[in-house]
Amino acid sequence: MERSKLAKVKLPKEKLLELDAYMDSLEDKEGLLIHILHKAQEIFGYLSLEVQLYISKRLGIPAAKVFGIVTFYSFFTQEPRGKHTISMCMGTACFVKGADRILEKICLELGVNPGETSSDGLFTVKDVRCIGACGLAPVAMIDDKVYGHLTEESVKEILDVYRKEEQHENQHAESAV
Amino acid sequence: MATCGIAAGAKNTFNALEKALKKKGMSDVKVSPVGCIGSCYCEPTIQVNIPGQAPAYYGYVDEAAAGIIVDSHFGEGEVPERNMLEIGFERADQEGSGKKRQKRIALRNCGSVDPQNIMDYIAYRGYEALGKVLEQKDPDSVLEIIKKSGLRGRGGGGYPTGYKWHATALQPAKEKYIICNADEGDPGAFMDRSILEGDPHSVLEAMAIGGYATGANQGIIYIRAEYPLAIERLKIAIAQAKELGLLGENIFGSGFDFSIELRLGAGAFVCGEETALIHSVEGERGEPTKKPPYPSVSGYKEKPTTVNNVETLANVPSIILNGADWFAGIGTEKSKGTKVFALVGKVNRVGLVEVPMGTTLREIIYDIGGGINNDKEFRAVQTGGPSGGVITVEHLDTPIDYDSLKEIGSMMGSGGMIVMDETDCMVNIAKFYLGFTQEESCGKCTPCRIGTKRMYEILDQITKGEGQFEDLEKLERLGNNIKLSALCGLGQTAPNPVLSTMKYFREEYERHVTDHKCDTGSCKGMRTYRIFEDKCIGCRACVKVCPVHCIKMVQKPAHRIDQTMCTKCGACFAVCKYEAIVVE
Repeated sequence: MERSKLAKVKLPKEKLLELDAYMDSLEDKEGLLIHILHKAQEIFGYLSLEVQLYISKRLGIPAAKVFGIVTFYSFFTQEPRGKHTISMCMGTACFVKGADRILEKICLELGVNPGETSSDGLFTVKDVRCIGACGLAPVAMIDDKVYGHLTEESVKEILDVYRKEEQHENQHAESAV
Repeated sequence: MATCGIAAGAKNTFNALEKALKKKGMSDVKVSPVGCIGSCYCEPTIQVNIPGQAPAYYGYVDEAAAGIIVDSHFGEGEVPERNMLEIGFERADQEGSGKKRQKRIALRNCGSVDPQNIMDYIAYRGYEALGKVLEQKDPDSVLEIIKKSGLRGRGGGGYPTGYKWHATALQPAKEKYIICNADEGDPGAFMDRSILEGDPHSVLEAMAIGGYATGANQGIIYIRAEYPLAIERLKIAIAQAKELGLLGENIFGSGFDFSIELRLGAGAFVCGEETALIHSVEGERGEPTKKPPYPSVSGYKEKPTTVNNVETLANVPSIILNGADWFAGIGTEKSKGTKVFALVGKVNRVGLVEVPMGTTLREIIYDIGGGINNDKEFRAVQTGGPSGGVITVEHLDTPIDYDSLKEIGSMMGSGGMIVMDETDCMVNIAKFYLGFTQEESCGKCTPCRIGTKRMYEILDQITKGEGQFEDLEKLERLGNNIKLSALCGLGQTAPNPVLSTMKYFREEYERHVTDHKCDTGSCKGMRTYRIFEDKCIGCRACVKVCPVHCIKMVQKPAHRIDQTMCTKCGACFAVCKYEAIVVE
């Protein structure tokens, strides 16, 4: 989404209330800024500028500080994510077992570069540092599920499972209407 | 059931086991979910314990194998050979024959206790060390035991733990902290995750002991957000310990209060460095600051703070229970105890191994790891992650400990051990690490921010076949300068993978810059894909997969690759069924 469009998006009220409730429950608010951002990312899916400004106002700290922290840590994202996030592990164990080829294959299959979201909005591809499942290298995580011993062939099979699921959901939604 | 096991299907195996036992009517056999036993190569694994008998281990236990094993172990039938395991390790509290190569102290309970049940941990002498310390020892004698044991930090630096604790204990401040570093940023290492997922209470117990010894009443576990299962198990463990009064106020009626909270990291390698970690715990950017002052004097909230790694802490309860002399009796002269290594890469039996310090690399790779995958030649082992270096074939018999690894230009680090075979290009590996450190540099100091970027660029040129001979000298000079001038450990060690591979594999670098050739074919930019026109039958399989449309028919039926457009992705090579495409 372009910035100009993004700026017009109003933050949904119920989500803001959820974030408020979380912030109110904390004692050491400023010291737990990273926790607040984790929570906000969980609620909103990503940390848009509005969300960051909102948090800075609520805590009474400069927006620059919030921005500084969001950009410092790789876990935080300022862009909307697809429905599923594919985290391709680029740790050394995975690397020597060909993780770069798997990542390339995923990107080719989805028509994106690392960090981007597929045009159907279904997948966001990220290359991440070690996820600590080196015994199964090469490994990727789709949302919270770990897939090990990946091969270039298995990539499509795995993606198809999610695609079929989505198709199924859509059909279901249509027939409900 | 740890992250890897679950990914390999342990949940289904668990259900299948319960079902099979129910079918047999064996209600007296309990199936318990435990943490990782370290045999990642044959997940899912199970262990069958019958009182009075040695435990039996089975590997590759999928749903079908679960039924067979239940039948054979408790009745008739034979277990397929594939499922029989010989792991061979002894627990710290069970003296074995000494023949077995692994010895488990830090991992003593992983794979034995149910991490979500504190009673299991207590049954394995859990919290006995804390009780012993609070009832019988004063803080000084605890410090003395840890010092005498010779325990050194397992996170990388190898600083003596007892002396670190002592430095905090000396501070007169009332408010002190003990932080457990569970950031585990080293790519290729996962022992901390396994300990937290498999035996979280041992870390909590050790933190309480450390708190008592140093005068801290508050513990903080700084853990990566990328480890959701470990976080969940820690939360459960903390709640259970609180409920039983093993954490909280007036523990064991001794008047000692100790509580533990969790802080989540958010993905930054530099946060493993203790000053950066402390800033991150404070909710700031994880940038390191110059030492001194050391955290033991001024750390979290400017109060005296001890920062210990997960594995270091996991050793502490055993030391208290078995004594300093017992621990000091294991290992080498200056490196006591055991070390957990994450043995991964091109080795047959990948997994976590815990061996006494001083075990040789050959024993680890060949005896425990079962040798190199696919009968390939051993090339090198990378240890210590981005801060370490490579160990070559000539050092396979060096007994490894903190000091011997340093002597051969590598380091212990957190214990990642990535085995590489003849198909791995050392220049490419060095570039991989530089890419990592460059991306993870916090940007605060120039040598690290710009220096690692320039080093990466030079390596990138070399791996593309555009390197010059002078580049090698530049790399060395730059690397040595960064080592001397960077602010923190991350920057100071960032050039190590390059310098160490240059030292041992100089001719490989030279071949890249003079002949512009990568003999292993790993450097993508130097590969050339070519079609043998007399073998090509014109099936067009390669044409269909080529993402840049650079394969055209030249003379019926043969095709040719336009080298000026080729991106060397290798897609054509992978699909050709007629061996008509070759890589040069």
